[in-house]
Amino acid sequence: MAQHRIRNFSIIAHIDHGKSTLADRILELTHAVADRDMRAQVLDSMDLERERGITIKAQAVRVEWKGHQLNLIDTPGHVDFTYEVSRSLQACEGALLVVDAAQGIQAQTLANAYLAIENNLEIVPVVNKIDLPQADPDAAAAEVADLIGDDPSHVLRISAKTGQGVEDVLDAIIERVPPPSGDPDAPARALIFDSSYDQYRGVVAFVRVVHGRFSAREPLRAMALGTRFEAEELGFFAPDRRETGMLEAGEVGYVITGLKDVSRLRVGDTITSEKRPASQPLPGYKDVKPMVFSGLFPTDSDDYPELRDALERLKLNDAALFYEPETSQALGFGFRCGFLGLLHMEIVRERLEREFDLDLIVTAPNVAYRVKPPNGDWVEVHTPSDMPNEIEEVEEPYIKASIIVPKEYVGAVMELNNERRGRFDHMEYLSEARVHLTYELPLAEIVLDYYDALKSRTRGYASFDYDIIGFRPGKLVRVDVLVGGEPVDALSLVIHRDSAYDRGRLLVERLREEIPRQHFDVAIQAAIGSRVIARETVKARRKDVLAKCYGGDISRKRKLLEKQKKGKKRMKQVGMVEVPQEAFLAVLNLNDEKKSS
Amino acid sequence: MTRHLYVHLPFCAHRCGYCDFVTAVGRQEQHGPYVDALLSELDLERSLLAPTLETVFLGGGTPTFTEPHALERLLTSLPRADEVTVEANPETVTQELARMLRSHGVNRVSLGVQSFRPHLLSVLDRVVHPDTVRRAFYHLRDAGFDNISFDLIYGIPGQSAADLETDLADALELGPEHLSCYELEAKPGTRFTHAHGDELARQADSMETYFEAVVERLTEDGYRWYETANFCRGGDRDLRSRHNLAYWLGLDYLGLGVGAVSTFAGRRWRNAPGLSRYLQALAKGERPERELEQLSVEVQQQERVMLGLRLDEPLVLGELAGVLDRDALLRLERLGLVESDARTLALTQRGRFLGGGVTADLLA
Repeated sequence: MAQHRIRNFSIIAHIDHGKSTLADRILELTHAVADRDMRAQVLDSMDLERERGITIKAQAVRVEWKGHQLNLIDTPGHVDFTYEVSRSLQACEGALLVVDAAQGIQAQTLANAYLAIENNLEIVPVVNKIDLPQADPDAAAAEVADLIGDDPSHVLRISAKTGQGVEDVLDAIIERVPPPSGDPDAPARALIFDSSYDQYRGVVAFVRVVHGRFSAREPLRAMALGTRFEAEELGFFAPDRRETGMLEAGEVGYVITGLKDVSRLRVGDTITSEKRPASQPLPGYKDVKPMVFSGLFPTDSDDYPELRDALERLKLNDAALFYEPETSQALGFGFRCGFLGLLHMEIVRERLEREFDLDLIVTAPNVAYRVKPPNGDWVEVHTPSDMPNEIEEVEEPYIKASIIVPKEYVGAVMELNNERRGRFDHMEYLSEARVHLTYELPLAEIVLDYYDALKSRTRGYASFDYDIIGFRPGKLVRVDVLVGGEPVDALSLVIHRDSAYDRGRLLVERLREEIPRQHFDVAIQAAIGSRVIARETVKARRKDVLAKCYGGDISRKRKLLEKQKKGKKRMKQVGMVEVPQEAFLAVLNLNDEKKSS
Repeated sequence: MTRHLYVHLPFCAHRCGYCDFVTAVGRQEQHGPYVDALLSELDLERSLLAPTLETVFLGGGTPTFTEPHALERLLTSLPRADEVTVEANPETVTQELARMLRSHGVNRVSLGVQSFRPHLLSVLDRVVHPDTVRRAFYHLRDAGFDNISFDLIYGIPGQSAADLETDLADALELGPEHLSCYELEAKPGTRFTHAHGDELARQADSMETYFEAVVERLTEDGYRWYETANFCRGGDRDLRSRHNLAYWLGLDYLGLGVGAVSTFAGRRWRNAPGLSRYLQALAKGERPERELEQLSVEVQQQERVMLGLRLDEPLVLGELAGVLDRDALLRLERLGLVESDARTLALTQRGRFLGGGVTADLLA
């Protein structure tokens, strides 16, 4: 189709502000989906997404409206996925900025709107849920208009739920979003903004063709990695797969590559034609470095190859996922994985367990550290146990946190941020009632439970987003944990010197609760270097027998014993001590304890 | 062929809250037909029995609650054996019953005492006065029984350490040849667990030492702690329960009656627990419905370790060495919980208190 009849757009919205409902309405209105086939929220294809009410992976759907081809590129809506949003946005010329008429702008809306503006996208502001009794469309429209420097009268007012105003949205996309302006005759170039893996067809790339055209069976090349492949099939989603044999400048669609090796086609790369290759790749996506790390170990060490394959698969769909082999004395062979944030980590873990049927131990997350040993060079450390004992200097990542909160909770937010080593940066009133606060905080202080703490102290009203702003020096120490005299590498943590004693004490207390009594006394110690800072003892059991064993009912006893054996199999052997998997997560709960004490 | 026969008599005067055996309350009119059914099952399986038996064990239920004529008919028809044991509840033991048992070849009685403390007996739903226990004991002695065993239960909700001490003292004062001391098991789904489960969980820590107290008190008094929960008087006579030893040594046995279990030549079967269907099947001369389990060689070996380690005599390893976890064995030896040479394996004193966990380790 001629480029002037194409519009490529995304929807930017805070969680629950109605992005998926609006997408569904658009599909209905354009008859892309027959009513009877309409599942709620078609775009969220993964079960996991549907359950969590968020969208993890970007996908693109093509619809027709008044003689135009509209490509809706779905974007994830959570704080951890800024990077994925940025990739999707780069494939668009415009974005619908959807704000809930009752809740107004939230921190994520703000962050993603800025991202869209940076990418020179045309913003079409939309206030949704105007049918709700508590809606205040005028106030929400004023906030949005103020944010993007537009006139409030330009803000569309709709109800995606009832369908009111949705046609106007489609018209506005055609009127306001500029068409693509690539050169259809130039050497072909397409940006991979997402991909998936099909076990029969291999790697499927989602692309935005920027210049030129691609045809089926054409030899192609991914420019950054130099991977050569053939376009086995080309087409688009509407939302079911439609083969077209061709994709032209300005269009969005898929390419089935037949590649079986998932590592050979990177999201963010540019695809070009072998016969008439482009000289330069498209401006690439930002290479986002994971800042949160955690060890993933199979519960059953035999599953290590399955875990490796599964991570390889996930990596294809998730450019931000990082992993490298790791060996732990306590947990055996596994992987040190890098994530964008905690939610990202949680989603990866759940997908590994659900889609790949793996049983995993996930160690407490930590951030990346930069360390300079005496007389040595700076190194980056991803695992607390790798932190050298002798440190001259150490740096940790900092974030700029952006928090929007009703004004009565400003005090609570400030208090929380002070506890978390935050430094106040800026405060402004978005309206009479709502305040936008910015703070600088060590990332380490938010990776565990910051978001939960923020929500609970503001009764759920606060919204939060952050950006990594770089590394800064910190007074950090490594606290080791010894169980039965043996150091447990997976339990080491790096923390600020001032809280080392408190955390060390809480950690050994928590471990005492998690480690079951054994056949001997078990000492649990926290230490900085060789100095023990806290100690607890798990007293030995005095009795552990199956009481009655007669009447010929031996099978039942054997089954009880087998159950006991199975329980032991789920434990990890640390020296002589059997440590349950839950214990490795004890570090996660330290802040809860702090709150209640 | 096996030399060990178990016969299950399910009838009870009432059901105790903590019990999860196959029992039937009352049903006096069925006692006679049930004995008929037992005897026809015996006929069906007679080919499994050796010409001379070592042990016969009548368990329940309450075997001595069975209508006396029916019980007498059963005892008359059962094969003779060196050791014939009958389980009895104290309140059922009259002078006449004791004599009847004795005159029909019964030479060992296992008396379900449980406790001598009235308040604890009532927690267990036992409708018996402690003096009834003493009377029953002497009726048995008078009838000539020189091998009497007591069942005692410890860890009863509300039982203090002093209560336990008094229970043991009361039992020892009577001087039975044998004692079985079980910790109360609150089994999931029983009425008892429903009523007392929470309380038991609260007491778990303070009751942890009761097992040690039982072993200490009884061995001090000259009893041999020959199995995890079983004690017999020392001296020249071997007063261990020969029938139960057969189980613990992994020997074959035939079980007759509703819910009874048999193990024979690598197969184990359990008769279905329904009383009327059991009666119907055997009235027609058919075997009752059974649940069959094929025991692999490995499972048989694991069971022999599991059961053998409950005894005070070292387990002779032989081919059993193959099912043991070597690393666990070394670790447990270092912890002083097991002792092993090339030929045998035994738990140490402390290892026996932790026998369940230690065995699970060894077989992991």
